[in-house]
Amino acid sequence: MNMMEAKTSVRRGSVDMTHGGGGRAMADLIKDLFHRHLSNPILDQGNDAALFDVPPGRLVMSTDGHVISPLFFPGGDIGSLSVHGTLNDVAMAGARPLYLTASFILEEGFPLADLERIVQSMAMAAKHAGVPVVTGDTKVVEKGNGDGVFITTTGLGVVPDGVNISAMNANPGQAIIVSGPIGDHGVAILSKRENLEFETEICSDSAALHKMVADMIEAVPGIAVLRDPTRGGLASTLNEIAAAANVGMTLDETLIPVSRDVSAACELLGLDPLYVANEGKLVCICDAADADALVTVMQSHAEGRQAAIVGQVTDDPAGLVQMKTEFGGSRVVDWLSGEQLPRIC
Amino acid sequence: MKYVDEFRARDLATKLASAIRNEADPARSYHLMEFCGGHTHAIFRYGVQDLMPDNVKFVHGPGCPVCVLPVRRLDDAVELAERHDVILCTYGDMMRVPGTKQRSLIRAKADGADIRMVYSTLDALKIARDNPDRQVVFFAIGFETTTPPSAVAIKQAEREGLGNFSVFCNHVLTPAAIQHILQSPEVREMGTVRIDGFLGPSHVSSIIGSQPYEFFAGEFAKPVVIAGFEPLDVMQSVLMLVRQINEGRHEVENEYTRVVTREGNLKAQELVSEVFELRRSFEWRGLGSVPYSALRIRERFAALDAEKRFEVSDKKSREVKSCECPAILRGVKRPTDCKLFGKVCTPDNPMGSCMVSSEGACAAYYTYGRFREMPKPAGEVAA
Repeated sequence: MNMMEAKTSVRRGSVDMTHGGGGRAMADLIKDLFHRHLSNPILDQGNDAALFDVPPGRLVMSTDGHVISPLFFPGGDIGSLSVHGTLNDVAMAGARPLYLTASFILEEGFPLADLERIVQSMAMAAKHAGVPVVTGDTKVVEKGNGDGVFITTTGLGVVPDGVNISAMNANPGQAIIVSGPIGDHGVAILSKRENLEFETEICSDSAALHKMVADMIEAVPGIAVLRDPTRGGLASTLNEIAAAANVGMTLDETLIPVSRDVSAACELLGLDPLYVANEGKLVCICDAADADALVTVMQSHAEGRQAAIVGQVTDDPAGLVQMKTEFGGSRVVDWLSGEQLPRIC
Repeated sequence: MKYVDEFRARDLATKLASAIRNEADPARSYHLMEFCGGHTHAIFRYGVQDLMPDNVKFVHGPGCPVCVLPVRRLDDAVELAERHDVILCTYGDMMRVPGTKQRSLIRAKADGADIRMVYSTLDALKIARDNPDRQVVFFAIGFETTTPPSAVAIKQAEREGLGNFSVFCNHVLTPAAIQHILQSPEVREMGTVRIDGFLGPSHVSSIIGSQPYEFFAGEFAKPVVIAGFEPLDVMQSVLMLVRQINEGRHEVENEYTRVVTREGNLKAQELVSEVFELRRSFEWRGLGSVPYSALRIRERFAALDAEKRFEVSDKKSREVKSCECPAILRGVKRPTDCKLFGKVCTPDNPMGSCMVSSEGACAAYYTYGRFREMPKPAGEVAA
């Protein structure tokens, strides 16, 4: 098969069982699609395992499966998301991400042109982040046994000396910072779900945060906690931290950034933005004295332009996250239970 | 956000709070039943109770659509999906409500039943059009607010000749339930439930108007204020109720004038009466059998009535024994009076319907207000 034919088949064809069979079709797919777009010296070695040097220091490793529906959404797609998601998990340990791996599970019949779009977007996200995809795997499942494409990525990173970031480090009196408006990703996805399409300009916030995190750590090496509030939203992330550190939290609703469009969509659907997923935001807990400096550093990055202090850690063995409401009352902000379902009345 | 923020403004809330404090007579107490789960939700979500003086208390009513559906009807829906192999379309709230032996629609779905969560009856119609070789049943629940869309769906299906579509009708009526509560021995004789006035339904009243409440406001001498679902609506309505009680009046007043008229939405009412008729009696969770409190599909549309199209077996439906949902729905008990509350029964593992919907009193207590029942920890940073 010459290159001309291969390119044509990528544009027109669809995934079939031979693409996962280990024969020539699979080799062509890997060469013409994955290697072509994701090319870098380590991947180009073409071995089953990537060989590389690691810098001195403590390593962190994180893995994340991506099964999003729809695969393409405003502000991103499963390709870029699978890069950002794992890079952020590595970055939340305070680490500088070094390498990524990617494993694809493809459903028979999936259009190769769509797969190419996804791989291109993945390559662009990895390039922009400066972190190469160094090895990968492809499997094909029969039609009906997958949802188009599932992508699992794993990230490896190195933590600078003296940095010790963990949910257990949260202490009473510390400040809680959020890097920007919450809920954009979840609402963007919902707006494109079957049965729920609604007109909106909201885009997913999917973004890699490790560059901002590196600057944050340089400014304040003693950051206590970093977390990305993905599934379950800000509310669930704060509850996780409170439970891990055995502390309480008090939030001020007026300080939590939420875009007008997201509040409007949530209002319409009966959802609470505190529980809606984000893919390009982080929660940071640090000593109160460092909070303003950190917010300034975050605001110098596009990903943290609207960073804000939203509350403080309190001494509460019951581990409750409470909130002063904009209205002037107070309430508990509990874990998300089940999936957030729209109200009917 | 325009048309929303105005109804959640803190400075107005503060002013209203001080007006209520000034006018509420310290020598008496005010027990106000908010009928709707939407009000319960707003009271907890915005912390409205914090702004009330101690002698103004909210009694949570039964107006949570998924809460009042008896287990039997839910079991029937599960059976439709499992035994008759239909595509069952349901509103999201209904998915996690536990039926007999904790069997919920979400469990049935996990076990392979084709149950789809829809956002409107239009979605259910679309599913029926897209699956002409499958039977599609819309699980219709709710008060007067959700009834007109069900009527529209039935008429639309008839017009299109959608032979594979039908509706499992469980629509219930608000005034009948309020009257039933007022006639209950707990309110009339035993005095275990004290109700001095009602925050009247908001969305329901946009359909039926304020007129249907006039009878029992007079008959039972209880003031009613139709209240919007925004927190300032609730507070303004509390003030109006406090004034009526202080002055010994018992009228139907309308705070929600931007939406509700005395007559309501006549077009919607016509549609509903064209498609539905009164059931002689309907079983409510918590309230028991309530006469003329629910609707069924008229004979003319019998072809679209799932109850006529499918046979459901005679079964023994059972609620969890120590679940206090029934007493909570009548206002007799508070969620924290239930032995299961917060222990065996949580939003993640609900034993009764009140813990499922965000409009259910138990879920609202648990999600937003749990700490009120807990001792304040020592050394806590002031909230």
